[in-house]
Amino acid sequence: MTDLPLLSARGLTKFYGERLGCRDVTFDLHEGEVLAVVGESGSGKSTLLGLLATELAPSAGAVHYRMRDGAVRDLSELTEAERRLLLRTDWGFVRQDAREGLRMGVSAGGNVGERLMAVGARHYGNIRAAASDWLARVEIEAGRIDDTPKSFSGGMRQRLQIARNLVTHPRLVFMDEPTSGLDVSVQARLLDLIRGLVAELGLAVIIVTHDLAVARLLSHRIMVMRRGRVIETGLTDQVLDDPREAYTQLLVSSVLAA
Amino acid sequence: MRAAMRDDLPFPRTEVGKETEAYNFAYLDEQTKRMIRRAILKAIAIPGYQVPFASREMPMPYGWGTGGVQVTAAVLGPDDVLKVIDQGSDDTTNAVSIRRFFAKTAGVATTTKTREATLIQTRHRIPEEPLRDGQILVYQVPIPEPLRFLEPRETETRKLHALADYGLMHVKLYEDIARHGHIATTYAYPVEVAGRYVMDPSPTPKFDNPKMDMCAALQLFGAGREKRIYAVPPHTRVRSLDFEDHPFRIQTFKQPCALCGAEGGYLDEVVLDDRGGRMFVCSDTDFCEERRAAGHRGAMAADGDAAGETR
Repeated sequence: MTDLPLLSARGLTKFYGERLGCRDVTFDLHEGEVLAVVGESGSGKSTLLGLLATELAPSAGAVHYRMRDGAVRDLSELTEAERRLLLRTDWGFVRQDAREGLRMGVSAGGNVGERLMAVGARHYGNIRAAASDWLARVEIEAGRIDDTPKSFSGGMRQRLQIARNLVTHPRLVFMDEPTSGLDVSVQARLLDLIRGLVAELGLAVIIVTHDLAVARLLSHRIMVMRRGRVIETGLTDQVLDDPREAYTQLLVSSVLAA
Repeated sequence: MRAAMRDDLPFPRTEVGKETEAYNFAYLDEQTKRMIRRAILKAIAIPGYQVPFASREMPMPYGWGTGGVQVTAAVLGPDDVLKVIDQGSDDTTNAVSIRRFFAKTAGVATTTKTREATLIQTRHRIPEEPLRDGQILVYQVPIPEPLRFLEPRETETRKLHALADYGLMHVKLYEDIARHGHIATTYAYPVEVAGRYVMDPSPTPKFDNPKMDMCAALQLFGAGREKRIYAVPPHTRVRSLDFEDHPFRIQTFKQPCALCGAEGGYLDEVVLDDRGGRMFVCSDTDFCEERRAAGHRGAMAADGDAAGETR
């Protein structure tokens, strides 16, 4: 185990023409650490996630990542082939809208197996065994392996997305509002599942959410964003129980107590 | 307007006759043929890679082989002998009209005999008789992109080809096995060419895939609507994709051809009446005729000494 961070962002800035996406974001993320990025809509959370996951090119700043071989690489200098390999082996990305993260016309087993086939698995029996193993771990019945996600409920689709991402044993998973749009009981089950898998597999996670309850339940650390800047950062409990910034206080106080 | 312009032509006017005929050999003008030949040369240099080309309007609808016809027109010479097949048959509408088209616009000799042809344009089938050095097989291709039905974005499929990122192709085969218990793709079965590019062999039955491997003839593929040309040079490895535990297999037929008795050929089903009567005959009509001429007889051959007559 090394003390070097898994991922480090320095001065990340993104402008969309005149408009600001996010500005001067700097942080480190260590292996096994869960970081929540919270803030209201338009605060730059998703832009930040896009920059970290190399889906957007930063206007300034850089992201460094420690690869599986231990080499620390500047993500903007990866070749397209390296970037894609990273995305489908060492990283995962759970989308808010499962339709973006899944192949809706392909069976659940095919969805989970896709990453394996992309990295060269060519044995049908093994691919299928891995797929059914992962479906079981995300609590999808074995009998649904040949059904397409079109016939799945919202909660099942999210769980399928998680299985599809974790099948290659990534070290870092990005999650963009994974629980929004699900009803409360389904949310609770999904969060429970994610928390279990994160602990079991020692995943590092960067989760973007506007739901402070999700942040409290899953994350170790929290970053509060407003108008493209990080205004407060710290341990989750600390920030949520004793917010310093006026805006964070507002956010925390706007949560309805059940 | 046109008449006025004609008077200002910078080159001497010629009478419509011999010169124009040579100029317009095989329908296309020389500039277009040059452009297509360039695309063909590039396609041969990068086996299986889809080369874009400026496909022209042809005097037939898309889907009738506009791509194949342009490739044929570009490589055809006055000494060539042309054969055109449609589903293995020399005498269906598409085959007859394309053959007539070139007989008229290029004046080349045509044939139905695979052995005599130097250039064969095909839709769907590769002749049963092994092709030889010096022959060219031109395929009419409707959809050249093997990844199309899994990834609709052209920008993305091009990237996938560039990075040799072909996991998706196996997702398709996986789905086949998951649904049908075996790889149920029977035509347009994806192949890997020369260990690099994955290629759609056009809607040929997978039965013909093994014939593409190390084939002595040059294989050219033209997609007119999609404006792509690709090629497999002679003696090039063409491997059908598969899984280790579900290897590639071609279909087999339970009975021999009802006319010529050939076994191991690709058969068409012909419905004979409305009471379930049917027969299976060679889809390659030339192959079937040659065999019958050589005295082979199937169970339902029409002449007296056929086994079927004595029934």
